[in-house]
Amino acid sequence: MCIVRVIFYERLGELMFIKSKQVSYDYNVHNDVGDIETTYRALSSIDLEIKKGDFIVILGHNGSGKSTFAKHLNALLLPTEGTLYVNDIDTTDAERIWELRKSAGMVFQNPDNQMIATIVEEEVAFGPENLGVASEEIVFRVDQALSTVDMKEYAMHSPNKLSGGQKQRIAIAGVVAMHPECIILDEPTAMLDPSGRKEVVDTIKYLNQSENMTIILITHYMEEAIDADYIYVMEEGKIACQGKPKEIFSDVEAMKKMHLDVPQTVELAYMLQQEGVEIPLDILNVEEMVETLWQLKSKN
Amino acid sequence: MIRDITIGQYYPIESKIHTLDPRTKLAMTFGFIISLFFGTNLLIYLIAATALAIVIKVSKVPFKYMVKGLKSIMILIVFTVIINIFMTQGDPIFTWRFLTITREGLVLAFSMAVRLILLIIGSSILTLTTSPIDLTDAIERLLKPFERIRVPAHEIAMMMTIALRFIPILLEETDKIMKAQMARGADFETGGLIKKAKSLVPLLVPLFISAFRRADELALAMEARCYRGGKGRTRMKSLAYQRQDAIMYGLIIGYLLIMVGIGIVL
Amino acid sequence: MAIEIKELSYIYSQGTPYEKHALNGVNLTIEQGEFIGLIGHTGSGKSTLIQHLNALLKPTSGSVVIDGLSIFEEKTSKKAIRQQVGLVFQYPEHQLFELTVYKDVAFGPKNMGLEDDEIHERVIEALKKVGLEEEIYEKSPFELSGGQKRRVAIAGVLAMKPHILILDEPTAGLDPYGRDEILNEIKRMHLQENMTIILVSHSMEDIANYVERIIVMDGGSVILQGDKYKVFKEVELLERIGLGVPQVAKICNELAKKGFIFDQTITTLDEAVKALKPQLVKKQ
Repeated sequence: MCIVRVIFYERLGELMFIKSKQVSYDYNVHNDVGDIETTYRALSSIDLEIKKGDFIVILGHNGSGKSTFAKHLNALLLPTEGTLYVNDIDTTDAERIWELRKSAGMVFQNPDNQMIATIVEEEVAFGPENLGVASEEIVFRVDQALSTVDMKEYAMHSPNKLSGGQKQRIAIAGVVAMHPECIILDEPTAMLDPSGRKEVVDTIKYLNQSENMTIILITHYMEEAIDADYIYVMEEGKIACQGKPKEIFSDVEAMKKMHLDVPQTVELAYMLQQEGVEIPLDILNVEEMVETLWQLKSKN
Repeated sequence: MIRDITIGQYYPIESKIHTLDPRTKLAMTFGFIISLFFGTNLLIYLIAATALAIVIKVSKVPFKYMVKGLKSIMILIVFTVIINIFMTQGDPIFTWRFLTITREGLVLAFSMAVRLILLIIGSSILTLTTSPIDLTDAIERLLKPFERIRVPAHEIAMMMTIALRFIPILLEETDKIMKAQMARGADFETGGLIKKAKSLVPLLVPLFISAFRRADELALAMEARCYRGGKGRTRMKSLAYQRQDAIMYGLIIGYLLIMVGIGIVL
Repeated sequence: MAIEIKELSYIYSQGTPYEKHALNGVNLTIEQGEFIGLIGHTGSGKSTLIQHLNALLKPTSGSVVIDGLSIFEEKTSKKAIRQQVGLVFQYPEHQLFELTVYKDVAFGPKNMGLEDDEIHERVIEALKKVGLEEEIYEKSPFELSGGQKRRVAIAGVLAMKPHILILDEPTAGLDPYGRDEILNEIKRMHLQENMTIILVSHSMEDIANYVERIIVMDGGSVILQGDKYKVFKEVELLERIGLGVPQVAKICNELAKKGFIFDQTITTLDEAVKALKPQLVKKQ
């Protein structure tokens, strides 16, 4: 009986790509002389598990700790307390850090400050080159990665002339070419216009659905979380609430208290509810809203 | 709009010169430049100029791009010519008041002018027919053997690549910051030297800070993609010599031998 | 302080293979005290247009007359124009450079040649307007958070006391809280000081919630302008040129197709609730 249970839990463990156990992180604030003045706890006892193949969104306003946590996910920062396992690798294991970063790629906020090459295909090749992949294999991977993000025609272009959304897609391709199991995106759309944002979100949804890529998206834009499998909302370095999109978004009061926007569909439902209309709050897109309201009207 | 400026004035077109390995072109340029100093014989300059003209023709780059580089140093050429004509000692040919023109002076001036012009045009062909990335690759490959004596070939090449990538971005940022400060009444144009230098502070400080921030973020992004220096790195595209490069190296050697010969004999 | 823009055209890199017509004969009038929203897809000419309004760019042809003064004429002082027309660029915190917050905000008034006590008054006033407390005045601007830095940068422009304030995506990169703070501040300035405001934004919701008149640009020309009810009615047109409408407007547009009745275009949540409630609640 014991053996069966152990095997069962071990199997479960394999399915978890991220395991955060009581992770805390302290920032030291130094004064002019260099001595530590105060310590600021940026993360407090973060407990979470992310399953392979899931599309997870970590929401929070600026300063909630979400970016700090993101940097822990590929060992750019190490926990002050607690342990973080990425793909079963302890982030503090210095010898396996490159293995960790290969399996968990990261895309950052500023499209320009991620790219080092002057030609798109060279940029996408950078990752595989660092991994020591053979030349012909790199050519193949670059081609494949650019197809995945739908930027194949731009292979010989200079990144300078691309739009923000296109640049971020190249950044994603650069990570995809390393064949990771998970892609972490730290506010990838914060500097983009609405059409660029859509390009990026469509691309990561495609990666998650077609390639079963585990996606962890850190953002403060609620609309990007509508199709997530699970959401964690962070506030003051802690996980304030978690759940499926419909659960999270319909708690309008909590969202507002945490200075987060809900999609206008949810807010409209909420306001109508305040006016006595019997309408559920978990309506996340325009089509659903139109349908629901029409049904209501017909009933009257 | 500043991002449209191509660095190094690379002129992309299909030509036999363009498809040569960049290392070959570096060797050609180097060989050509040193050959100019094998003597002051007219024949040397004629042969050099002819070789140059042939290469220009084969490269299919319009001639006007070659002379673009000359325009900026025209003053230097004129200045050098004048100095050499009037200041060289030797057989006087022509005297007027305190100015003397000597035969040696004329020869020297002519030599210098011709050398400078051929040198500039020769270097221009290199940058016109070779993209900056290829040049960087060539330099990295040529420096690689020196890694044994601690020359950081890979790091140098990486620095050059990143510089090439960010020059247009930093130029555009300079423009933005300038405009933002001008919108607050900053004046970069009027005033003496000291005032102008002071007025650059609101431009340079944000620019430097931005550059450091970019460097920070770029380093994180590179590490996130497993960059850890040149060790163990492969390349997607390696420079590979082809038959045409071997032929060209042969031509370079032949050319140099001829030039050395002439220089010694005449 | 009315702005009159006549046949304004601007061509980048004229004569080269990279020639681009950024503005094509733009004609616009903006009255004093208006709160304008300027919208358009990236590349539509918005940034080029606003840089003409404070003479940072000189047009290829056309004119801009502000309060009777033609701003591109030789004799017109560019400095004077730039004091009257304040321009806050995108990510303005990138222009901070001084040792302290106070000094950075004082940069503008100093360039105007004002006396020290006048400068002091203006700096304090501007910093208060953007909601920054005294403790940070002597701090280095680089110690502040992103949102605070942005407010310092905006204060730097406000300290020049412009009559016309142009803001290019002032909420870019901010979270919802930061965004609300800044936009409410701008609205307050508009109401209290009758400042003419031109807000460039990609957020249709922000535009709908704050501006009085909208100008829509595409391909270097103004293709539509009017109050928000008029502009957001044109859902298909806006979507075709790469823009959108506030989500609530889209919802009501679809509902209208299904038989819902609306007196006018719905652009905000409040308007939507007002119009929908009677059609949804059971008649007692």
